[in-house]
Amino acid sequence: MNGRVIPIEVAGGGGKSAAFEYLTTRKDELVGWARKFSIFPYPFVTACCAMEFMAVSSSPYDTDRFGAALPRFSPRQADLLMVVGTVTHKQAPILLKVWEQMCEPKWVMAFGVCATSGGFYQNYAAVPGIDRIVPVDVYIPGCPPRPETVIDGIMQLQDKIARSQHLIVNDRF
Amino acid sequence: MNAPGPVIRNPVRPAFDKASRDDTVIVSIGPSHPATHGTIQIFAELDGERILRADVHCGYLHRGFEKECEDHTWHNLIPYVDRLNYCSPLINDFAYCEAVEKLMGIEITRRAVVLRTLLSEYSRLCDHITCIAASLMELGAMTAFLYLVMIRDYMYEHIADLTGARVTHSYGRIGGLARDLPEGWLKRLEEILVQSDDFLGRVHGLVDRNRIFIDRLRDVGVISQSDALSYGYTGPILRSTGLPVDLRKDTPYLAYAELDFEVPVGIKGDNYDRYYVRMCEIDESIHMIRQCVDLLEPGPLNVDDRRCVFPEKTRVYDEIESLINHFKIVMEGPRVPAGEVYSAHEGPNGELGFYLVSTGGGTPWKVHCRAPSFVHMGGAHRMLEGGQLADLVPTFGMINMIGGECDR
Amino acid sequence: MTTYGADILDRVKERFGQAGAPVEHAILVLAFAPGEIGAAARALRDEFGFELLLDVTAVDWPDRDPRFDVVWHFYATRNRVRVRVKTAVALSDPVVPSLTALYGSAAIMERECHDMYGIGFEGNADLRPILLYEGFVGHPLRKDYPKRQEQPLVPYREEAKP
Repeated sequence: MNGRVIPIEVAGGGGKSAAFEYLTTRKDELVGWARKFSIFPYPFVTACCAMEFMAVSSSPYDTDRFGAALPRFSPRQADLLMVVGTVTHKQAPILLKVWEQMCEPKWVMAFGVCATSGGFYQNYAAVPGIDRIVPVDVYIPGCPPRPETVIDGIMQLQDKIARSQHLIVNDRF
Repeated sequence: MNAPGPVIRNPVRPAFDKASRDDTVIVSIGPSHPATHGTIQIFAELDGERILRADVHCGYLHRGFEKECEDHTWHNLIPYVDRLNYCSPLINDFAYCEAVEKLMGIEITRRAVVLRTLLSEYSRLCDHITCIAASLMELGAMTAFLYLVMIRDYMYEHIADLTGARVTHSYGRIGGLARDLPEGWLKRLEEILVQSDDFLGRVHGLVDRNRIFIDRLRDVGVISQSDALSYGYTGPILRSTGLPVDLRKDTPYLAYAELDFEVPVGIKGDNYDRYYVRMCEIDESIHMIRQCVDLLEPGPLNVDDRRCVFPEKTRVYDEIESLINHFKIVMEGPRVPAGEVYSAHEGPNGELGFYLVSTGGGTPWKVHCRAPSFVHMGGAHRMLEGGQLADLVPTFGMINMIGGECDR
Repeated sequence: MTTYGADILDRVKERFGQAGAPVEHAILVLAFAPGEIGAAARALRDEFGFELLLDVTAVDWPDRDPRFDVVWHFYATRNRVRVRVKTAVALSDPVVPSLTALYGSAAIMERECHDMYGIGFEGNADLRPILLYEGFVGHPLRKDYPKRQEQPLVPYREEAKP
């Protein structure tokens, strides 16, 4: 069949179609809304912060209320990499491998000051911040952070997810 | 996709890279695996589900504790000590402080002795609760986990009232403690102890005689008494084999000589015994905490020794001598007489020792921590070999490997 | 401070002919030549009941010759006494006998000591890195190893470089 090809203007392309842009904006909002409440974290738990991770993910603080409940121990099923604790040079290849195995879209949270900057471990063994290894979306300060700080971090990440573009419609449609 | 990056070398080399038979397979478990607490890698040769050989690697959390200590003054390294066994930081603090005090020849005050004993037991309580909660969760007992984490959170908040931090307290000081008890702290302590009795009773009811739980733990991860001694095991694992070795009883330190308590032991040295020894120790700890509360008398908290104890804040602001004193202690560190000391406390996992070498300066020449978890990893393969792959989870949980302490 | 089992410690001193060996903070300190360590440890375990080898470590004295002290701590659970055994080895030949034949716990602690100080343990064939990783050059707890000298396995991301 010799069907007619209808040209589709892509947001950010040359000439913009107002209708299409309206559609994609609302789409981003919709997808962002859906995604921000279904965060599946992968707890890359190494050190002291694990104690606070246990507290924040279970009864008293309960991240379930924020749609970030179910820790998935397979990187393939997770979309938030929570790096909880110090990452050392020995651990760095494992962190990179886990991050590479995660499917898009994915976010990374540096939980605690060691993951953020190495904290007070500034020596031969510790990586001075996991952003040297993988890109980070949200940094949570504290050694270890209080659960409230973690929840604040999760909410900020949710804001970020809600505000970002979600490429479902791309140039290949 | 992305261009292939540089080749990243494997950080460890297994002890065996060829299977011993053609029907076995070698698998790598961890380090990023929920059962290995994120920092242990095990290479296991499997015959079906059975582990024939195991090679346990640690070091994924080696963050240069000893090197950092050599770069800090005796006081300033206390936060690093906290982060060794982060389930029971107070015991680490007190063991380290006592080692330094031995070198300096300081006898701490009565109130500090009793308070340190009380807080050590409180910390041990937290540690055992965390260990049991995590192991039970790994076996799927989610309710027990939630109960125990709940009660542990009460304790964290309660200790935070005293020390200012929930997990890593940095509360010990050379010559005493950071600050005295706040108003109403002991009253809340008693409330928490009553509540924890209640929650622990529920956990006992849920799992002690639970068929699944017994099947998963009984006769699993067995270690004989002679093996345990040979591999340097201490703490609940050694006691689970029936040997009542407990530094609190054998060579009493702090106020333990005055307290009435038992040393629970197991019979078989399997995971169930380890679980039960820990549960009994929790009861003993609660009993000891109550005795310590009775022993607690008003009095000075810190020794009056200007070499190491900070002067009062008001005096620092008022007089130049105290200001200089404060400055010297913070910037140069307390002068610790040259010498060596090895001082051990009974940590929740076993003998927690500090071997310090001083050359007389404000910074240590060497701080070495004898960490029970690390030594336990040296013999972990003995518990795993011959067992099922799935038994790795409870065995590892009951060893209670703490990454910070194991890898330092 | 109570020293437990003073009579045992006296017998240990007599056995090794070190009557002047000091008792520092309730621990008897014995010094041996590197070659005598194996026999001494065997005697401690079999004759005096020191069945726990608690710790193996070293101390670096860069200005001294021999440069390293290797330190073992033993504990006798029945008599509740502790012994510290020390020996000095030079940088040119930092090798002491391994105690793996006597104590299972020696294996992992000797690996750590080898990692951190580069002390060799004759008789321990498995001195692979335990706290460090394959390819790490140097021994970080030696005083001449700079504290912040990193040896990353993963190259740092370009955009993250300070």
